[in-house]
Amino acid sequence: MRELLNDIERWQQAGKQIAIARVVDIEGSGPRDPGAAMAVNEDGEVVGSVSGGCVEGAVVAEALEILRGDQQPRLVKFGYSDDEAFAVGLTCGGIIHLFISPLTW
Amino acid sequence: MSLQPMSLYPIFAERVRSNVPVALVTVIDGPHIGATMLVSPSTDAVGTLGDGELDRVVARDALGEVEAGRTGVRHYGPNGQTTPEDLIDTPTVRVFIEAFSPPPTMWIFGAVDFTAALAKVAKVLGYYVVVCDAREVFATRRRFPMADEVLVSWPAPLFSQRGSVLTSRDAVCILTHDPKFDVPAVQGALATNVGYIGVMGSRKTHAKRLERLAEVGVSGADQLARLMSPIGLDIGARTPEETAISIVGEIIARRTGRVAPSLRDSDGPIHK
Repeated sequence: MRELLNDIERWQQAGKQIAIARVVDIEGSGPRDPGAAMAVNEDGEVVGSVSGGCVEGAVVAEALEILRGDQQPRLVKFGYSDDEAFAVGLTCGGIIHLFISPLTW
Repeated sequence: MSLQPMSLYPIFAERVRSNVPVALVTVIDGPHIGATMLVSPSTDAVGTLGDGELDRVVARDALGEVEAGRTGVRHYGPNGQTTPEDLIDTPTVRVFIEAFSPPPTMWIFGAVDFTAALAKVAKVLGYYVVVCDAREVFATRRRFPMADEVLVSWPAPLFSQRGSVLTSRDAVCILTHDPKFDVPAVQGALATNVGYIGVMGSRKTHAKRLERLAEVGVSGADQLARLMSPIGLDIGARTPEETAISIVGEIIARRTGRVAPSLRDSDGPIHK
C-alpha cells in the first residue's frame, strides 16, 4: 500500500470516496503476496493491483458497490474452484482472498 | 457504526513515509468488520477493534509481526481469546495484520557507472540506497540522483558509525576494484550482520584481493564464504545495466535459497 499513498491523498484532497482492496491470504500459487493492494475511487479510477491482472476488473465492480453502500466491507475469494462469486479466476490455479473496504479510518 | 472517531490514515501514512515500523491491523471477519488499529514499537496503539481486551492481545501480537516484518491473518475470540479451548463455541474474529517495515538497505561502494545502474535497479526493488566513495569529485548527487544518500567517505568510518544497523535483509556491493578502498570495505562488511556482500572484479582481481585481505588478517574460510566475488549471476551480463540485473538477481536467489549460477561458483572468463 506504500506505493498508493500519493494517489490516495490526491483523491482525498479532491473529496473522492475511496475503497481499498488488499490481498490477505493466498492458497496455492498466487501472483501477489498478502499486502498487495489496489485503491479505487468513486469515479472508478484505479491504482495498484492485487493479481497479475486476472481479477482487477471484478474487484473494481465490487469496490464501487461498497462505495455506493450496496455492499458491506467484506472478504472476497477468487479462484479456479470458486463457483459462487465471480465468473473470473486466476490462470495460475491458486485462490486469493481479498478484503475490500472503504477508506473510512 | 463507526469505531474510529479519530482519523488513522494520516498517522499511518506519516509512519510509512518516515520509515517508522507500523502494523496496520484490520478486522476482516467477525464483529466490527473493518475496524482498524495501528501498532508501532515504543508507542501506544491507536484505534480500536471494538473490544479492549482484544485490542490488547492483538497489539501484542502485531508488535511481534511488525518486528519480524511478517504479514498475515490471525484468529481470536471476541475478547482476544487465543487458546483453542477458549475458541470453541465462540464466534471467531479474523484479523489481518499487515506489517510495514522500513525498506532494506543497499550500500554501494565506488562511484562508477556500474553504481548508477545498480542504484537505479535497487530503487526499483525498494531498497534504501547509499552510495559511498572517498573521491569528492565522483561521489556527487548530480551523478547519482536516484540514490537516497551520496556520501564522501572512506569505508571504515561509515561501517563503524552505521554498520550495526545492517541486517540479513540488507546488501553491501563493493564496485571499486581499488584495493585501497575495497579491502577496508570488505573488512567492514564482514564485521556486520549484512545478508549479502558482493565484490566486483575479475577472477584475477579477486585472487589479489584475497591476498590483501589475508595481509590484514581476514582469512577465515567461514568469513570468506560470505563474499560473493566475482559479483553477480553468470548470465553473460556486459553493460552496467545488465550487470546490475545480475547482481540483484543474485541477491534475490541468495535470499530465497534458490540455485542460480553465481559467477563465484564457476571458472573461466566472466566475459566470453
